[in-house]
Parts: sequence; structure tokens; C-alpha cells
Amino acid sequence: MLHRLRFIPGRLIQSIPVAFGVTLIVFFMARLLPGNPALALLGQRATPESVAALSKQLGLNTPIWEQYFGFLGRIFQGNLGTSITYQQPVTSLLAQAIPVTMSLLGLALLFSLVISIPLAALAAFRPGGARDLGVRAFTLLGQGMPQFWLGIMLILLLAVGLRAFPVGGYGNSAGDHLYYLFLPALTLAITMCPTIIRSLRSSMIDVLESEYVGTAKSKGSYGAALFRGHVLRNAAIPTVSVIGVNLGFLVGGSLVIEKVFALPGLGSMMINAIFTRDFPTIQGVTLFVALFVVVVGILTDVVYTMLDPRVNFGAKEQS
Amino acid sequence: METPLLSVKSLTIGIRRSKSADTIIVDDLSFDIQRGERFGIVGESGSGKSLTLRAIADLLPKGVEVLSGSIRYNGAELIGMPTVQRRRLMGPEIAMIFQEPMTALNPVIRVGDQIAEGPRRYLGLSKKAAMALAIEMMAKTGIPDPARRARAYPHELSGGLRQRIMIAMALSCGPKLLLCDEPTTALDVTVQHQVLKVLEKLCDDSGAALAFVTHDLAVVNQTCTDLAVMYAGHIIESGKVKSVFHDPRHPYTKGLLDSAPDFDQPERDLVPIPGFPPNLAARTSGCPFAPRCVFAVEACTVAMPPTMEVAPGHNAACIESQHIFEGVTV
Repeated sequence: MLHRLRFIPGRLIQSIPVAFGVTLIVFFMARLLPGNPALALLGQRATPESVAALSKQLGLNTPIWEQYFGFLGRIFQGNLGTSITYQQPVTSLLAQAIPVTMSLLGLALLFSLVISIPLAALAAFRPGGARDLGVRAFTLLGQGMPQFWLGIMLILLLAVGLRAFPVGGYGNSAGDHLYYLFLPALTLAITMCPTIIRSLRSSMIDVLESEYVGTAKSKGSYGAALFRGHVLRNAAIPTVSVIGVNLGFLVGGSLVIEKVFALPGLGSMMINAIFTRDFPTIQGVTLFVALFVVVVGILTDVVYTMLDPRVNFGAKEQS
Repeated sequence: METPLLSVKSLTIGIRRSKSADTIIVDDLSFDIQRGERFGIVGESGSGKSLTLRAIADLLPKGVEVLSGSIRYNGAELIGMPTVQRRRLMGPEIAMIFQEPMTALNPVIRVGDQIAEGPRRYLGLSKKAAMALAIEMMAKTGIPDPARRARAYPHELSGGLRQRIMIAMALSCGPKLLLCDEPTTALDVTVQHQVLKVLEKLCDDSGAALAFVTHDLAVVNQTCTDLAVMYAGHIIESGKVKSVFHDPRHPYTKGLLDSAPDFDQPERDLVPIPGFPPNLAARTSGCPFAPRCVFAVEACTVAMPPTMEVAPGHNAACIESQHIFEGVTV
């Protein structure tokens, strides 16, 4: 087991040039946005003189390469700059927002697994049957509904109509957070489910028809024990990479959902920062998201390795 | 006479079609297996021998089903028995060994745990005791260093070892009937021989009966006492292995024997059977072998010949049998 995880350090080293590339893109993409932070801060009626003065104060009048290397140098000191809008270090803003978004993603992932696994099993048990058709209709529906619209519908139905959940916000205690995160996480989960269900369903069908499931039956296994012992883990293997890829997209989705549910996470932070051309914040959030995706990629491979003993990423270099 | 361990009567297996006639793959098959008997079923690919075995184990592929007939195990009817009840027979009463041990073993579970699964369920053993039994079974099948190998995954073992794992798994709950679906086809000839020896010895020790499906006549000769030859879903000849091999009474069996090399008579020329097996979707009346049979007469194409006893305990389904093999004109 452990020797098969030896690919991790190498993968981490590989991610350094990736991170470097990300800083480059993030820095210049942000500056491709029309307008500048001084203008955004001072408003439409600002005089050119005051804009120029503020630009100088914010360090925006130096050559762009100098700005980039300054930004790069400060990253190594753990300093992502100071938010232009909030006048706070970007790192401390991130420290507040990251737990919100990560809890949202974690809960969304949990919900989508809780929904997907039984539904996929139900569908795979008899492909083409009534329950399979039902599940497939659900996946189609889930894929067809735009995330923000589904969020708004859930708010209208469960928060405004039934008053079972808060309309938005994040609450103050850990229990509160869970309660406030329920609807946004459910929204994300429902939109993520179709992909997971499809992948799980088809791999479960394959596994159920495989010879080793026949062997398990010939050992007297049936029903839930057969499913747990010989189907689920084997079918999960291809789905793990599907989930890994989707987590990246989910971060993008959480941007919109956080806005809909007024959650103080990375998404809300990012959207505000884009509107105010708050370069340091945009850079900070994007850098974090990029590193998150890289880490998810490595974690996906770790889970893959744990589920499938045949996988050995480290051995590829030898053979 | 005591009830046979397994009694198959008029078993018909096929694909049910709603708009046209069902496709019949195994047609009106009957045979008995006595306790401790070693029963070989031979035939070429597509003759229905594997499906017959799978029907006994309730492992027919999707879409293929038992259309009619009966399979009695120890007097109890298996067809129509609830799945839960039927699965409970699998392991302690009936076990199965598959053709390809690579695909028949779960790739993500250690082989020791796969062997221990049955004993834990049926013998009520603790995890530790079941593993000890698994290792003991592995040792009995001749796996060197079984304690270490028990922790291996299937892909880490050779084909021969994997098939020994399958044998250990199948015999772990002490079944009375062992179904073998071409268990040595995927192995090297030398390994084949070793695995067969292990299988025979363990069946001798436990007294398990064997239903052995293969297309390899030499393997049947080595392993089995009784034999049924299948062609296009029918048993066309059956009897003691010795009797059928030395004195075949069906032209197809004769053709099979003539087309296989015999090391006792290396100078003999091999004679292939002309033509191809029939298309099962377009069955005609009459003997299915008639179109390829050099002895066929007009009556052969009219109706399926009845099974007749040609010698004590030796049956053949050929109306011309006496004529062909004994020179008697009917």
C-alpha cells in the first residue's frame, strides 16, 4: 500500500511549475479587465487627477513587470497583498472565506454521494426497468436545471414556503453553519448528481455482469451483502475520477450559489472583487482555487490507489 | 435405487422472444449425476454445455433462461425455487469453478478474504478462523507459502495459482457437487495437468461429485468416469467414459475422436468433421448433426432420433447407430 503512494512527492514537485503558470495567468488576466481599481473606488465622477493620485498610492503606475515580480516575491513571504476594497490583507480575507466554501463543497459532495449511490444501484439492478427509467429521468432533469434557478426554487419552496431553512447567510455557531449550508449544498449536490449517477450506473451494470460477481453468487452471496462486498467498491473506481474532475467545476458552481444564498465564501469574495477590480483579492482567490484543483487531482489518485490494488502510479516510470 | 444427487429432466434453455418462436439453445436435456460420480460433458463451442452448468448454478447470463424442464438437487426442485433459498445451496452444497480465473476473482479483494467469504457465511467462523481455513485450503491445493499468498491480490498471482485459489474457494464449504466450467482451458498444458490432479485428489478426499464441462477429450478421459457428448443443445451420446471412447455409437462422437490426436496411435491421420455446427436460431426438425453426417439417411432429417440404449449403460441418439457400428441392417 505505502509503496504505491510514493508518487505523491513527485506529483507535488510537478505542481510547482503549474502554480507558477497560474500566477502568471491570474496576474495578467486580472489586468486585462477594462477599468482600474482607482476608478472603481472613486466612482464615475472622479477627476483624472485624483484617479492618478490613487493609482500611484496603490502602486499601479509602475511598469507591469515590476508589479508582477513584486507580487511573485510577496507570495513567497506568504503575503498576497492588501485588498484594495477592504483594506485588509488578502490572506486574512481568505482565511475567513475558505472554511465556508470548503464546508459547502464537502457537504455538497456528501449529499451527492448519499443521493447517487442508492439511485445508481436502483437503476443498475435492472437496466431498462421502470426504476431505471425513473432514475434516468431524474438525472436528465438534474442536468437540465440551471444551478442558480434550482437554488432560487429551493429557497422559495423550503425556505420561504415551508420556512424549514434560512433564506441565506451563514449563522454563527458550527451547528448553525450546517443548518445554513444545507440548502446551498443540496443545490450543488443535485446538479452534481447526474454525472455521478451516470458513471456509477454504467460501471455497476458492467460489474454486475462480470464473472467475479458470478463467482460471488456461486459462493452464496446475494442482495445487499453481494452489493457491498463485490459491486460497490469495484464500481466506484471509475467514478472516483469523475468526481475528482467535477470537484473543480463545483468550485465554479459554488461561486454562483454563494451569491444566491448570501454565503460569505470564496465565491462572494471573488464576485465582489471582480466588480471593484480588486486585483490582489482576485489573484488570491484564483491562486487558491488553482492549488485546490491540483490537490484534488492528487487526492483523486490517492483514493484511486486505495480502491484498486492494481493501480500503481509510481511503477509507470520503471516499466 | 437412491435418488441421484443431481437429476436434470427435459431441461430446455433458450432466449424468450415475444414476437417469434423462442430461440432454443439447450433442448430437452436429461441426465443424472450420482453421489461422488465424475460426470463429463463434452461438446464444441456453442453446444450448450456451459449454459447447462450455469443453469444448475443459477448463473445464466441476462436474457437466457430455463424455458422448461426440471433440475432436482437431492430431490429438491431448483427451478422456481426462490433466489434466496437457492443461493443458500451455493457453497455448502453446490460450488462452481470457472474457466478464466483472472476474471472470476474479484480484482480488489485479497484472495484469502475471497476464500474466507463462504466459510464465514456458512460455517459461522470468526474472521480469524475463516482465514485459517482459507490458508489450510490453499495449502491443500498445493499453493506454496499459503499464509503469504493469502494476502496477495489476484493480479499478483500466476494463472495456475489463481485456478488453485478458485478450487480452494469452491471446496472451502465442503460441497457435495462441484461444477467445473472448462477449469483448465485457460492454463498451460503442464499447469493444466497439475491443477487437474489437485482437483481430482480433493474431490476424492471430500467425496464431492463432479460435473465437468470441457471440449478437451483427453481431460475427460483423465478425470471423469461418465460422459455425455453434446451437440447443438442435445445429448447425442452418453455412458461410461471407457465405453464411449472405445466404442462410440454416434457418428458425431466418432468424428470427435477421429479429429483429436491420440498419443497411443501417433501415426493415425486426423479426420476433421466437415461443415459447421447448425444455426440455433433456425432449427430444423430431425437430427441436428444430419447435415454434416456422412451416414445420414432420409429419416434423419424428419425427426430428432430417440435416445436408445446401445449397450448396458451406454445410450446414443442415432437411428442408424446399429447399422453404422455393428453392420446390422435395420
